[in-house]
Amino acid sequence: MTDSNKNNQGLEPEVTEKLKQQTSELAESVEEGDYARAMSIINELSDVRDQSLYREVGRLTRSLHEAIRNFQIDARNAEQKEALSKMSDASDRLNYVVQMTGQAANRTMDLVENAMPLAHAMRDEAVELREEWLRLRRREMAPAEFRELYGRIDRFFTTLTADSDTLYQSLSEILLAQDFQDLTGQVIQKVTALVKEVEENLLSLVVMASHVDQLTGTIHEIEEKEESAEKGVGPQIKADEREDVVSGQDDVDDLLSSLGF
Amino acid sequence: MKILIVDDFSTMRRIIKNLLRDLGFTNTDEADDGNTALPMLKSGKYDFLVTDWNMPGMSGFDLLKAVRADEELKNLPILMVTAEAKRDQIIAAAQAGVNGYVVKPFTAAVLKEKIEKIFERIQ
Repeated sequence: MTDSNKNNQGLEPEVTEKLKQQTSELAESVEEGDYARAMSIINELSDVRDQSLYREVGRLTRSLHEAIRNFQIDARNAEQKEALSKMSDASDRLNYVVQMTGQAANRTMDLVENAMPLAHAMRDEAVELREEWLRLRRREMAPAEFRELYGRIDRFFTTLTADSDTLYQSLSEILLAQDFQDLTGQVIQKVTALVKEVEENLLSLVVMASHVDQLTGTIHEIEEKEESAEKGVGPQIKADEREDVVSGQDDVDDLLSSLGF
Repeated sequence: MKILIVDDFSTMRRIIKNLLRDLGFTNTDEADDGNTALPMLKSGKYDFLVTDWNMPGMSGFDLLKAVRADEELKNLPILMVTAEAKRDQIIAAAQAGVNGYVVKPFTAAVLKEKIEKIFERIQ
């Protein structure tokens, strides 16, 4: 908005010109005691106001239509509205992200939970075999025990081969389970673009509406709503740039110890 | 040692459950918010509570206050594991009587350290 626009409070130049002219005429007629003429000028003045108001309301209505078209909401029937709405599409897309990330996390954890006991069992058997092996090297082993150990080592090698194959398989599946990042990344970028577009459209609507407010002299009292931290606000974005937010566990520990924890 | 894990995301509950199991705590139960957790705590004889902050229904902070206000439960050790990172929130949790505070994302080592510290102090 330019400076002259700001000074004119969104009024058209011809309107302000007319206002000026009629105000001085009004002052003149009151001065001269011509009250009938003064009253008719007052009426004309309010007509000017009404006309500009209608013009702004018209403009606002057109913008609103335009904005709704931009959102591609076809309001002719509810079904179409649902199908064509970019907004509901955006929330579907975000639901898809939640689903995909959830699936990937669960798939990864399934594989890890299956792999962990294998790793444990390998280690336990290796520890026991090493103890037996040391006994053998110290020549503390009877021939019968040795034959038992002989078989056990053989079985160990067989299981070791199979289990490390399974572990490798799990690791490579865990790797694959991270492919959600690519898909969800694309979806989130699309939704971010939509949010920006919607914000721009809303902003121009706000500007239009403020013209109407200026013409009618309406003042809105907007209450500042403070976010309640008690309910929880979720992860902090750009935590490094903010003073009121800790930057990590070390910060939390420092803060708590300063409180005597 | 019976532990209740409260978080609205099942994946996070699963991660914490796995980490606790690695630390030797195998007796764990799960709840998805304060409203489900509180009756479990009242009837279940739990020794330790690990809770998130931001949850639909009853938040972890309200759960913390409810536990501290309950004659039977008020001495239950509580570890908060949460993405809430405002200084005011951490101070509020400390004042409400939390025993430990871990911010997400966290590591297994941090969780272990905080849990051990809490138990050291109790014993």
